[in-house]
Amino acid sequence: MSERTLAAALNAGLRRALEHDPKVVLMGEDIGRLGGVFRVTDGLQRDFGTERVMDTPLAESAILGTAVGLAYRGYRPVVEIQFDGFIYPAFDQIVAQVAKLHYRTQGAVTMPITVRVPYGGGIGAVEHHSESPEAYFAHTAGLRVVTCSNPQDAHTMLRQAIACDDPVIFFEPKRRYWVKGEVDETLDASTFPMDRARVVVPGDDVTLVAYGPLVTTARDAALAAQDDGISIEVVDLRSLAPLDLETVESSVRRTGRLVVTHEASQHAGLGAEIAASITERCFHHLEAAPARVTGFDVPYPPAKLEEHFLPDLDRILDAVDRVLGRRNSLTGWKA
Amino acid sequence: MLRSEISRTSAHDDRTDDAQAGELDPADRRAGVTGPHPRTPGAVLQLITPDGARRPDADLDPWVADVDDERLAALYEDMVVVRRLDIEAVALQRQGQLGLWPPLLGQEAAQIGSGRALRRDDFVFSSYRESAVAYTRGVTMTDLMRVWRGTAQAGWDPRSIGMATPSIVIGAQTLHATGYAMGCVMDGVDSAAIAYFGDGATSQGDVNEALVFAASFAAPVIFFCQNNQWAISEPVGLQAMRPLADRAPGFGIPSLRVDGNDVLAVMAATRQALDRARRGAGPTFIEAVTYRRGPHTTSDDPSRYVDPAVQQAWEAKDPILRVERLLERSGHLTEERATAVRSRADALAAEMRRGCTGLDAPPPLSVFDHVYTSPTTWLVRQRSQYAAYLAMFEGGGR
Repeated sequence: MSERTLAAALNAGLRRALEHDPKVVLMGEDIGRLGGVFRVTDGLQRDFGTERVMDTPLAESAILGTAVGLAYRGYRPVVEIQFDGFIYPAFDQIVAQVAKLHYRTQGAVTMPITVRVPYGGGIGAVEHHSESPEAYFAHTAGLRVVTCSNPQDAHTMLRQAIACDDPVIFFEPKRRYWVKGEVDETLDASTFPMDRARVVVPGDDVTLVAYGPLVTTARDAALAAQDDGISIEVVDLRSLAPLDLETVESSVRRTGRLVVTHEASQHAGLGAEIAASITERCFHHLEAAPARVTGFDVPYPPAKLEEHFLPDLDRILDAVDRVLGRRNSLTGWKA
Repeated sequence: MLRSEISRTSAHDDRTDDAQAGELDPADRRAGVTGPHPRTPGAVLQLITPDGARRPDADLDPWVADVDDERLAALYEDMVVVRRLDIEAVALQRQGQLGLWPPLLGQEAAQIGSGRALRRDDFVFSSYRESAVAYTRGVTMTDLMRVWRGTAQAGWDPRSIGMATPSIVIGAQTLHATGYAMGCVMDGVDSAAIAYFGDGATSQGDVNEALVFAASFAAPVIFFCQNNQWAISEPVGLQAMRPLADRAPGFGIPSLRVDGNDVLAVMAATRQALDRARRGAGPTFIEAVTYRRGPHTTSDDPSRYVDPAVQQAWEAKDPILRVERLLERSGHLTEERATAVRSRADALAAEMRRGCTGLDAPPPLSVFDHVYTSPTTWLVRQRSQYAAYLAMFEGGGR
């Protein structure tokens, strides 16, 4: 047990994976000598060599495409996409090849590829460096999509992702890279699988579903709501595909109210899927229509506007008031 | 250049080269072999002329020194068989037994010559037209049909055949081949990967990225481009202003431009490239200049864009006819033997037909199989709900 930043917890997870399995190889831009632009792979090329920690040419489709070939050959590639907004050139390889090859070959070929993606905003970055493209991938059958919210999960879930025989898109909340927390590297990974959601704050009045960077915000909102005598249950989704709807459903059956929050835009996002699925599953337990607190349906804005785009504590609490029937920003609002 | 001017160039010049072999790089010289190298720009290497004459070539000849008349006759048989299978597959599609078929008519030599150059432990990453390559890898007649009949998305187990499931996305497989080849180096083996793709694919980003990665990592991969002059209706002149083989040197990859209708020249070029790969000398690009004499697929109508005169000119360069002429001249193709070859081809075509018509639709609920290595709760739920739905109908739910 030691205190680590989320980035250092990921680094330790990669190190463990490299030690544990000789078939694990790391690929990406600037991940070798530099140790990655966020230093998540710091020191790994020095310790494991240029063949297992590869600096690649600047071509995202090729990083994924060659990873497919390596997987055919029996390797377990862990690739880094430098920033969320740079994953699109690799979209075809991920969606048309990585996701489908196991299905296409009727199980003959596995694609144990982990795609690490720093994602999300809140760091005052230039364009293409703050995006949340998770819904594109969660929509694609054959991919597992997960995201961590704290150093312990970062470490454990990354090791689970690498060990998984399915392809995993592993979203890392970049604005939480420097958040510190206790990390137990010996924690038995099998006791809590990466595709399970976790109740991180128990509560009775409202179920608040969050993932990745907004879990911290959601916890803060739950704490703040206590002052008003409102008990919020926060669910850290962790896995976006498959969704652990059972955990969300059992919470909503108790609270009768659902708020979902994510940085990604609202339209056709994870919030829509969760709200629809929960409504289908336990409509008669709902006391109010589910509410979504998300980024707006606009491209990610300039840094000086991102505070208006990103859901924050107050916007979440406003939605909590809405599902509770309390006075809120839309009280008396007309289109 | 105007689009109309580009389109006029429906086929690149395919003149052959009489020039002497160019300079070898020192490493190749030390190894005692001739390495690939540019000769006259745009020249096409050839060992058997369309008339069936054997042309000597100091560079290519050593690579096929073991191919005597008997072995050449075996390559001839291969080509006759795959043409026969191709004809049968087109017929099966016309009869409603296959949903689609991409004919390889005219490209037999390019596929057989390269496919027969490979070792068992090499690995093929192909496009969808390489049914003759699949034949050389030992894919069964029935397995050749599965994808096109729509009963499966893969015909065979890639690892046991040494050939990936053909890529329908244009050019994507060249990256897979490159990654696989990088893995061969890491494993310390001298196996190689070969990527098959067409002239149209050379415009794709993936193919260009594959050339970059292969060069940077000295990957033992052969980029085998069948320039069949057409990407559906678009002539190669729309994809490239110069011979495709000329692109590779810019990536630091040596290239060969070979008569793709000459099975012997193709085999020699592929063996030369494989030797480079096995020696750790990295990738090679081969442009096999050939011609797609059929439609892009059975859904295509080439009469809208093909000049009949060009078509006829390429029929005169038929890959099978020239070997037939050569073998007849040397007395190695008797009427008896020719009949035996045709009988074998017919028998395999019949076997393929039987295999095809015997393929039934898979059970409905198998639509949920193999999405993940272990089923997810939500897929189990969807499957269960669909089973309940099917159960409402008589005989449903199987």
